[in-house]
Amino acid sequence: MLDAAILGAVFASIVAAATTLLIASLGELVAERAGTLNLGVEGMMIVGAAVGYATAYGSGSLLLGTLAAVLAGVLLSLVFAGLAIWLATNQVASGLATTILGLGVAGLIGSNFVGTRLDGAPELVIPGLTDLPIIGEAVFGQNAYVYASLVLLAAVTYTLARTRIGLVLRAVGENHAAAHALGHPVRGIRTLAVMFGGACAGLAGAHLSLAYTPFWASDMTAGRGWIALALVVFSAWRPLWLLGGAYLFGAVSILQLHAQGFGLGIPSQLLSSLPYLATIAALVVISALKHGQGAPASLGVPFVPDR
Amino acid sequence: MPLRLERQENISPLRHALAPLVALLVTLVVGAFMFVVLGHDPVRAFAIYFIDPLGDPYTLQELVVKAAPLLLIGVGLAFCYRANRWNIGAEGQYVAGAVLGSWLALATHGTEAGGWVLPAMLVLGAIGGALWGLIPAFLRVRFGSSEILTSLMLVYVAQLGLDYLVRGPWRDPQGFNFPQSVTFDDVALMPLLMGEGRLHAGIVIALLAVIVATFVLGRTLVGFSIELAGSAPRAAAFAGFDEKRVTYGVFAVSGALAGLAGIIEVAGPIGQLQPTISPGYGFTAIIAAMLGRLHPVGILIASLVLALTYIGGEAAQISMRLPFDVTRVFQGTLLIAILAADVLVRYRIRRVEGATHA
Repeated sequence: MLDAAILGAVFASIVAAATTLLIASLGELVAERAGTLNLGVEGMMIVGAAVGYATAYGSGSLLLGTLAAVLAGVLLSLVFAGLAIWLATNQVASGLATTILGLGVAGLIGSNFVGTRLDGAPELVIPGLTDLPIIGEAVFGQNAYVYASLVLLAAVTYTLARTRIGLVLRAVGENHAAAHALGHPVRGIRTLAVMFGGACAGLAGAHLSLAYTPFWASDMTAGRGWIALALVVFSAWRPLWLLGGAYLFGAVSILQLHAQGFGLGIPSQLLSSLPYLATIAALVVISALKHGQGAPASLGVPFVPDR
Repeated sequence: MPLRLERQENISPLRHALAPLVALLVTLVVGAFMFVVLGHDPVRAFAIYFIDPLGDPYTLQELVVKAAPLLLIGVGLAFCYRANRWNIGAEGQYVAGAVLGSWLALATHGTEAGGWVLPAMLVLGAIGGALWGLIPAFLRVRFGSSEILTSLMLVYVAQLGLDYLVRGPWRDPQGFNFPQSVTFDDVALMPLLMGEGRLHAGIVIALLAVIVATFVLGRTLVGFSIELAGSAPRAAAFAGFDEKRVTYGVFAVSGALAGLAGIIEVAGPIGQLQPTISPGYGFTAIIAAMLGRLHPVGILIASLVLALTYIGGEAAQISMRLPFDVTRVFQGTLLIAILAADVLVRYRIRRVEGATHA
């Protein structure tokens, strides 16, 4: 029943589905390692998707669309940063506000583009390699977002672990008072980390609306931003583990789609709920195993100097 | 740092009440800007959005009808948020309550069942919401999982479950294949307050919830233990309050009230089960709880304000062809403004002259 061609297509679509999650969760991981829990990922992602689509549709350039999406994600992340970092408001509430605002703004922008389509991002073709059975398309036949996500993963992993910037960022997230005493601008660093998270969420949104499903649909992120947040917990705040997590969730969401296609007699809604149930299961398993270890010590605690 | 936040002692109650008003004002300014960007006359848009609904008796009733679920859910969320437990899955608990309560309405459909059906449905609705809310509470207590993410994931699961029921086993066989249940019998519907119109008995229930919650939160040991668990968890532990019981308690209460709101909505204004039974009440109620400063009476006022954004949004959809997302922008802006205004009331921003003073 499953021949090599179908298997190859399944693997390729798992990679595509995982890419959105990987990009968004990498950004959130950086924000959280600096000590800020930004629940606005879903909002920043969908604003990226809407702005990216609108710009690409208007200009005909996917590159411009992608840049606009990143910029939109950063702008919205600044709203969150202003509240949670500079005014030291409750981070959970501020993140929720960011998501609600983002969903609204994205809906307003996207409403002009309902029913339109774009040519999605082009895919790599390497004669000989892309035609390889089963893994050819998944490895050598993807669009630029997929390869960019892997470069991003390597960059974040290296920067956090091996560079001075990464060390300072982690110090701010572990003990903001000590980092402040050493003269590091805690709130400035956190703002930059949150902006990086916004850029990544925007980029993930662009991947969604410019490559994965190259059209606009309202609420098209469908909780992916929240799943990205869960992946950060699942990874125990280690970037390399995000890769496994994102691909695992990509696989769950793609396989349930194929299971629906085969008509196994299982209600489609049950299959559709699998990614969300898997998220809960993953959170439970990881928290049962680690019980809160791995989280940056100052995560979610606002920093007010000289308090 | 050139700017610094300084905590103000002894803030007058007047200043406290000021913050929501300032937030509303800021939201209106941002809203005006948005209407201009969208190419509409802001004055006319404001009239349609916020003024016209208040002058029409029918929409005034509709305002109260839409405020009721926000109020019920928001009061429940106040229990959670006061205890620093972040239930953001009230939308799912609302759906779970609606489903469990509707089960009885459908099971007794066409039978001679008497007046006990509706009260039993309301009880089932509350139980359904509470059970759905207790799942994240259990996962937090037992495994230490973040209740924020688990409660939110359960929203999607509940909505898909409802979708399955109304398209599958609970679909009205005579409904021309529309994904909806049969219309509930009269004994399974909320009675109307004036015999006609839109106001139904659920509004009374919501007001009762405000009175009970005001008393419990403000005047009882339970309310105190919730407050203490949120603001000083270590002190609460030393005082002998059980942290786990607080978690279970506040999730059960907020789940039950959300579930009650769900079954009241289905047995009231809607009258049957459909794939979509809420325009996001469970999320908007989070804003209501915040805007009302986690106080039941404050949440009552906030619910009316937020209900107005729903009504205005519908009116603007019809007469100005504005997408409904305008309402979400308003609601998001309002939450951002209230969070910021809260800080600016409690703290004073001071300019610090150079680092030597720090």
